[in-house]
Amino acid sequence: MSEAPAAPHTASADGPTGSGRLDLLLVPPRSRTGWRVLPARVVAMCVVELQKLRHDRTELYTRAVQPALWLLVFGETFTRIKAIPTGGIPYIDYLAPGIIAQSAMFIAIFYGIMIIWERDAGILTKLLVTPTPRSALIAGKGFAAGVKALIQAVVVIVIAALLGVAMTWNPLRLLGVAVAVVLGSAFFSCLSMSIAGIVLTRDRLMGIGQAITMPLFFASNALYPVAIMPGWLQTVSRINPLSYQVDALRGLLLGTHAHLALDFGVLVGSAALGIAAASSLLGRLAR
Amino acid sequence: MTTDGERRPTPDGGPRPDAVTCRALRYSFGETTAVDGVDLSVRPGEVFGLLGPNGAGKTTLIRCITTLLPVPAGTVRVYGHDAAKERMAVRRLLGYVPQQLSADAGLTGRENVTLFARVFDVPRRERTERVAQALAAVGLTEAAGRLAKTYSGGMIRRLELAQALVSAPRLLMLDEPTIGLDPIARTSVWEHINAVRAATGMTVLVTTHYMDEADQYCDRVALMHLGRIRALGTPDDLKEALRTRRRAAATATAATPPTPSSAPLASRSADATPTLEDVFRDVAGSGLDERSGDFRDVRSTRRTAHRVG
Repeated sequence: MSEAPAAPHTASADGPTGSGRLDLLLVPPRSRTGWRVLPARVVAMCVVELQKLRHDRTELYTRAVQPALWLLVFGETFTRIKAIPTGGIPYIDYLAPGIIAQSAMFIAIFYGIMIIWERDAGILTKLLVTPTPRSALIAGKGFAAGVKALIQAVVVIVIAALLGVAMTWNPLRLLGVAVAVVLGSAFFSCLSMSIAGIVLTRDRLMGIGQAITMPLFFASNALYPVAIMPGWLQTVSRINPLSYQVDALRGLLLGTHAHLALDFGVLVGSAALGIAAASSLLGRLAR
Repeated sequence: MTTDGERRPTPDGGPRPDAVTCRALRYSFGETTAVDGVDLSVRPGEVFGLLGPNGAGKTTLIRCITTLLPVPAGTVRVYGHDAAKERMAVRRLLGYVPQQLSADAGLTGRENVTLFARVFDVPRRERTERVAQALAAVGLTEAAGRLAKTYSGGMIRRLELAQALVSAPRLLMLDEPTIGLDPIARTSVWEHINAVRAATGMTVLVTTHYMDEADQYCDRVALMHLGRIRALGTPDDLKEALRTRRRAAATATAATPPTPSSAPLASRSADATPTLEDVFRDVAGSGLDERSGDFRDVRSTRRTAHRVG
């Protein structure tokens, strides 16, 4: 029975292979090697993310509600109170970069839920059997989360502009904003995927995600300057990558004094660390 | 580990290596030994069926071959490449369709296949054409632009087949490809598997617990139970061997009354053609109903069946 492989067993009536050519399916594609694998996989994951967003934009709209409320309600109110020292700029201007970072983080921090869902659905399993190193897969997912957050950031910037926030339109600075948003999201989505690799279920990850988002947000300079925090909170803020992201966004968008080199250094470093941590824990999701 | 009997690749075009070679493969999840010393050779170009009830160790064995699980004891080779040491080389030879319906419901059929063309490094200039050929091979050209969530269970299985085929694998691994499908869809999935196999000459390694499918579509089958391979051969050979055994048993124990566990076997005439299921009951022994599949297996099977609709 184990005769020549070319012997057709059953040819269905309409002939699945009879109509079209299959020549390309006989030749395996030439493999990329070395450093070119990583960018190729990142692009593949980002394309999928964009395609999904194109087919279903609901999430884009619902996710715009919260940042809009923060700017509209919290921002407008605190602008009147003038309780927070912002260095001379209106509070809503000061707040806008913080809300951009926050909404990007909120998207990224629940990205691990998607990884667990993809695991349960077999999608992750199948990707792990492709010639994709785990670090490249995680980096791809991380930057895909970044692309999603970037679209979110555009929405928040438009809302902020409509509310009269005076932001830069310098394309180079906006490019810097985009890079900061993507790097921050890559870190937070990798944090989320690392936790996913530890807890392994959606329910637990949901709980942990809820528990850490607000502390990360409040223990940063998103809402108020680090200088007015109590000492212990300043320490927390100093190890919170969100603070560096907000500092960079504020410096680029508003032209306030920022430590851009340090900010981007921390963002790149934490993203790399996050990718390393999440890819080493990915094996737990694979089995 | 012993490698005797293994056909190794030779540069001068000597004997081709087996598509899959497992030697003394063992895998445990904590206390449970899922795969307990498996020796297996899958020949290039054949349709090889791995049969057994839920919890027999089929999926674990498949996951060791696909490099999803490490190989803690023994060796696994795919076309001569060590699955533990040359993971990327092995993955490039594989097309894998897991048990769950793994197409992304939020993407169109074409986008689902294109993703796999990308991660297998299909260059841009031939991507569109290659994806189109893969979709045509499974009869999904018409539906390619629709979201996968609008597909029927059988269409999703065919879409997954296209995803696996787009990289021109030499070994197609299918884990329970027809689970939860209605008879028409099952036949259709198998016809597409066979047509593609005939056109490309690829090796197909399939797990199933539908004995009738294995009998009909597989060149050779291995019957697996409790982590071990209990019988291996062509369906006809296995059935013939059982018939011979029964004839011998019938003449030897004609006088003694049948024991409870062998009652279903003894109730049939020793001359009737046995089915693969009879062979399985014979080699696996009694207690199949109690031991086949734990709660988690059944739940995940039901969930897959539910998604198929």
